[in-house]
Amino acid sequence: MPIPERKKPDLRPVSDETVMSSSVAWAKETRSKAVARAESQGFPSRQDEYWKYTQPDAFISEQVKLTSRLRPELEIFSAQTEYLINFENGHLSSGRLPSVVGCDVERLGESTTLDSHWIRDLYGQLELAGQNPVERSLAAVNTALATEGVVLRATGILDHPIRIHSVSKGNADAIVHHVIKVEAGASMTLIETGQYGTRANIVIEVDVADTGCFHHIRVQDGVERHIHSHIFARLGKMSTFKSFTLTSDVKLTRNECVLELTGDNANATVAGACLGDGEFHHDDTIFVTHDAVNCESRQVFKKVLRNGAVGVFQGKILVKSGAQKTDGYQISQSLLLDDDSQFLAKPELEIYADDVACSHGSTSGAIDDEALFYLRSRGVSHTKAVDLLTLSFVAEAIQEIEDDTLADAILNHLTKALEIR
Amino acid sequence: MDNVLVKDGVDAETVEAVKVLSGTYKYGWDTDIEMEYAPKGLSEDIVRLISSKNDEPEWMLDWRLAAYRRWLNLKVPEWAMVDYPKIDFQDQYYYARPKSMEKKPESLDDVDPKLLETYKKLGIPLKEQALLAGVEAPEGERKVAVDAVFDSVSVGTTFQKELMEAGVIFCSISEAIKDHPELIRKYLGTVVPVSDNYYATLNSAVFSDGSFVYIPPGVRCPMELSTYFRINAENTGQFERTLIIADKDSYVSYLEGCTAPKRDVAQLHAAVVELVLLDDAEIKYSTVQNWFPGDENGKGGIYNFVTKRADCRGKRSKVMWTQVETGSAVTWKYPSCILRGSESQGEFYSIAIANNMQQADTGTKMIHLGKNTKSRIVSKGISAGKAQNTYRGLVSMHPKAKHSRNYTQCDSLLIGDKCGAHTVPYIEVKNNSSRVEHEATTSKVDDDQLFYCRSRGMGEEDAVALVVNGFCKEVLQALPMEFAMEAQQLVAISLEGSVG
Repeated sequence: MPIPERKKPDLRPVSDETVMSSSVAWAKETRSKAVARAESQGFPSRQDEYWKYTQPDAFISEQVKLTSRLRPELEIFSAQTEYLINFENGHLSSGRLPSVVGCDVERLGESTTLDSHWIRDLYGQLELAGQNPVERSLAAVNTALATEGVVLRATGILDHPIRIHSVSKGNADAIVHHVIKVEAGASMTLIETGQYGTRANIVIEVDVADTGCFHHIRVQDGVERHIHSHIFARLGKMSTFKSFTLTSDVKLTRNECVLELTGDNANATVAGACLGDGEFHHDDTIFVTHDAVNCESRQVFKKVLRNGAVGVFQGKILVKSGAQKTDGYQISQSLLLDDDSQFLAKPELEIYADDVACSHGSTSGAIDDEALFYLRSRGVSHTKAVDLLTLSFVAEAIQEIEDDTLADAILNHLTKALEIR
Repeated sequence: MDNVLVKDGVDAETVEAVKVLSGTYKYGWDTDIEMEYAPKGLSEDIVRLISSKNDEPEWMLDWRLAAYRRWLNLKVPEWAMVDYPKIDFQDQYYYARPKSMEKKPESLDDVDPKLLETYKKLGIPLKEQALLAGVEAPEGERKVAVDAVFDSVSVGTTFQKELMEAGVIFCSISEAIKDHPELIRKYLGTVVPVSDNYYATLNSAVFSDGSFVYIPPGVRCPMELSTYFRINAENTGQFERTLIIADKDSYVSYLEGCTAPKRDVAQLHAAVVELVLLDDAEIKYSTVQNWFPGDENGKGGIYNFVTKRADCRGKRSKVMWTQVETGSAVTWKYPSCILRGSESQGEFYSIAIANNMQQADTGTKMIHLGKNTKSRIVSKGISAGKAQNTYRGLVSMHPKAKHSRNYTQCDSLLIGDKCGAHTVPYIEVKNNSSRVEHEATTSKVDDDQLFYCRSRGMGEEDAVALVVNGFCKEVLQALPMEFAMEAQQLVAISLEGSVG
């Protein structure tokens, strides 16, 4: 049985333009290396264990044409005081970036043209570190080609969240790369809403220094779109990283999150909830590496699926030798609302230290008949009862959001989303 | 204690622990017996030779040759978390039998006394009315029929006559191919097809012997059946094939044991076990795998690449795999259940212990195809020394397997900070009326429990063995009594030297 040749990304036409236009040496070098990396890795293929449950082809060769099935946009965080950054069709909107006390806000395009900028030690570097042991060539492609993104450096405790809101019209693809540095003792919240593009390849690199604190909330929606996102984060001593993603209606999403806990007593949470209906394939691929003592990590994922929707969870906790007193937790659960939907999971543990407590759990099933009967017997309509039980099912993941106001906003959004469908 | 030759900083206790450990493997001796080998290496001629040694019909040879030709084009699977030097398939023997077995003995009395002595020493007396060693005769008569496989051949099967009276066929697979070709042709390779995987394909080409069991409809096998595998010859691979058919409404409990001498060079063991269950049939399959694990530096030992699968074809059929994996340098083994018949059940209970340089990648597959099928997985992995222990499993609920149920519990225990414990489960749910639950934990031996035992005057190793036995209890309870006792002792022995 001959194994088909791996597809080689042909980055020359685009990369020449991007790499050559990089006017400073370090950016040019980083991008050229990323081009070489992506080319030597080749595109992922269905034979790759890492792509067991999601077809990578759709991210690579499939053309996406939007039809008219756009829904009215729901304003989620309208009541919120925030610093807003707008994207349009994968590009930062012209106009001034918000000025934030305790945080530098810049454009990627500007910082990569500077000879000396802190970003040179980060851009593409966390992505590079995240290429081992599993190759993520689509992230390398992003590092090679991305010219748009936001560069944030938090030095103090931010009073309000920074929100990136994107609007995409027409059939534009987007390659976006954000770089975030949270300095010692600093704390910030980043919110992402809207759609970057019809097909989006997004990389976020986050470096959280000792005692730093980074919160991330993301709402992904937009019918028919293909989103492939990577978060690469490095956590210092006593730092905190918390990310929550809500996905609904997107045709194809793969959210990869690669965390490395390098400082003692660090704390990381990756959580997600998705509501899938019909043509919906959602993949959460998480890789948490414990490389320090006394760290805690949590992965909490809830998927509600119906009408043939597919939910995928591939989570891994790697505890390196010497990472004693690790507390690793992982739960992935699915609620299948009908017989056509599928839940595919691979929750993995790889442990080389003995004084650890790691556990994972995974369940799949239908709505609890007794709970449904209880609500019906109290006069709640069938649809309403299913919605209520669905909400209570995903609530556990939403509770991972630290800020109660934001958690409530997400819950309200979900309630509305359930009502209109 | 003579400490003169010992380097500074190494205390007497450590030296003692190492001494004890190096003398741990009880079955590491070999039998000095005149052997007859096929020429070294693997080729079509060797496949033909094995077939002719077994006096096989043409169709069997064709089957083997097709497998061999397919195997030539296959690649060694590399997905398991095991690391071992590349195997040179041309540098070993594929057939070795004691000279005295050239003419198949008519009865057990004719078997070479050296062979009988070997099995006696292993605690497997090849005499009828005998029990497995180490167990007092329980009330009533509890008999175990044994098929003893020595390197490439079966040397004898006990209680055949008595079993025959009940209609049960229990013999070596080489005899079955000659005497029951209709059953072999109907079932061989239908559960684990020739094309299944690298080692199964290799086995299909070169298997030399193994056991065959047929339980006719409505029969509860009057005694437990067992096969004892012994590798004795050097540089020889053992490739055995087991086929068990439980016809409608029948029951059998089958035990499997295995050991090998201590040698510096690793040896290959690639077996295939196929179980077929028709309506209402039940098979209990228990294994205590105690192949030579290699020495404390990882030298020698058996590479154990085994494909075991049960096909629950009939409605309400039930299969139970229980395994205690303490031996082998490298284990690659996933006893699986295909739950095809509606309301069929599959269970998998496993203890895998890896010490020193051992590597174990083991688990199960539960493939739910029929309605209302149930499966249960309880896996306990224990790692000590520098060993790596992986649980790898699949639970798959197909769209038509409505109202099915799976429960999986896999726990890992780490003793010492140089070893690894890994869990790689795959869960695929394709209908919503089924429930799947998976839980896994990894922890170290509980300090409080250890302290309790120690404060009652127990030695540290005894205390660890006791705590570990408690950890394994759920699985040990699933074993037939004789095995449970042996397994309990094995758990303690395998961990010797892992503390301190």
